[in-house]
Amino acid sequence: MSMSRDEVRKALIDCILAVAPEANFAEVRPDRPVREQLDIDSFDFLTILQHLHEKIGVNVQESDYGKMITLDGSVDYLVRRLAEG
Amino acid sequence: MPSLGADMEDGTLTGWHVEPGQNVARGQVICVVETQKGAVDVEIWQAGTLAKLIASPGQRIPVGQLMALVATDGEDWKSIAAAAATTVPPGALGAPRPETPGPEHVQGPAAAAAAPGAVPPTPGRIKISPAARRRAEELGVELAAVGPPGMHAVISIADVELAATAATAAKTASPRTTAKPPDRQAAMREAIAAAMSRSKREIPHYYLATGINAERAMSWLEKRNEALPIGERALFAALELKAVALALRETPELNGFYEAGAFRPGTGMHLGVAISLRGGGLVAPALHDVDKLNLADLMAQMKELLRRARSGQLRSSEISDPTITVTNLGDLGVETVFGVIYPPQVALVGIGRLQVKPWVIDGAIAPARVLHATLSADHRVSDGMRGARFLVELERLLQQPEVLA
Repeated sequence: MSMSRDEVRKALIDCILAVAPEANFAEVRPDRPVREQLDIDSFDFLTILQHLHEKIGVNVQESDYGKMITLDGSVDYLVRRLAEG
Repeated sequence: MPSLGADMEDGTLTGWHVEPGQNVARGQVICVVETQKGAVDVEIWQAGTLAKLIASPGQRIPVGQLMALVATDGEDWKSIAAAAATTVPPGALGAPRPETPGPEHVQGPAAAAAAPGAVPPTPGRIKISPAARRRAEELGVELAAVGPPGMHAVISIADVELAATAATAAKTASPRTTAKPPDRQAAMREAIAAAMSRSKREIPHYYLATGINAERAMSWLEKRNEALPIGERALFAALELKAVALALRETPELNGFYEAGAFRPGTGMHLGVAISLRGGGLVAPALHDVDKLNLADLMAQMKELLRRARSGQLRSSEISDPTITVTNLGDLGVETVFGVIYPPQVALVGIGRLQVKPWVIDGAIAPARVLHATLSADHRVSDGMRGARFLVELERLLQQPEVLA
């Protein structure tokens, strides 16, 4: 799947909004841990990854959870995974 | 009206899911009731045929009060309904909300005079506390729609807020899907305050804590999850719940209720799982028979419970059944949590954050993922020695994750 960085970002934000509809991304610091800013617990996180898998086809392995801490870091990681095909 | 929590006095009927003549099975959801802790799907505790609906939507109904008549084996629902029409006066429950006397108003001649239908509309003056009047203005509640609650009673903030909730519920076709009214959070805060104040007033807590090496359990879980699609991966939180349920077999005196001066053991390991709600507040609904669930089923039920808790669709049995509560503040990043027992339960287990620490393993210091587990327990029912036994058993079980699968 070919997606621009902005499209990946938008897809990720949509997946987060599906579990945390009240999240205001205008106030989210993209370089800080996103789960703490939006009160996303481990169950929510798993649901977000599931949505993401369905939406952009990236299956995030548990060993890669550490790369999905900040919004910017997550987008970097997902773009890289998509490029790897 | 069932009691859905330690300090519930009444609930407001939002709507019925059944109608007269319909067969109902035990455990079926028959109506939705609005409580301080949100909307609850109320399950019926008896099978039969619904004969007559007594309560109407919008009514505030005290706990223990009649809501509907059900015909059981061999009874004819039509004759029950017909008999009720003559023997149960309209408004036996209290006429719609405004005139319904709260339980505290039911006793005494003054209350009798204030029975539904007997109260003439109060002309002119309405008794209301200044704080309640301010709250009514904030919420845009007409005072005439609130009171009077009884001849000598004064309208309280709670009356105003319930009137606002009822008004919102009546106005909106599906209140549970709309934005929460501003008073919901205040009501929930009040409910938590009441339960926790009672706990600290009545329950002599003792507290125990222990550090647990979670390295083996985590490695086992990672290996299990590696091969699975995201939707089937299990979380450590689920493993912890299973371990708590199994450890309770060793110490049944931590699992149950303290009521009327005596301990009543729980009939199963129904773990109340503390769930924080977005926008504030907390509920701790039950996962039933956790000791008998495998990890996959436990995960599925946990996800489902979270989804329904956050969308305000909990069932009455989930609210009233927990035999012990587990709070996992691990995701919030604290090391240790000492909880306050939710009465009439007698214990609460707290699980802190997993963190990498130096740990002595086989005589050498090595980094290990470690967590702090705590127990708050009721000294009227158990002693520190027994509480310690529970935590030791919990630690032992987490060293053999295979048995938790």
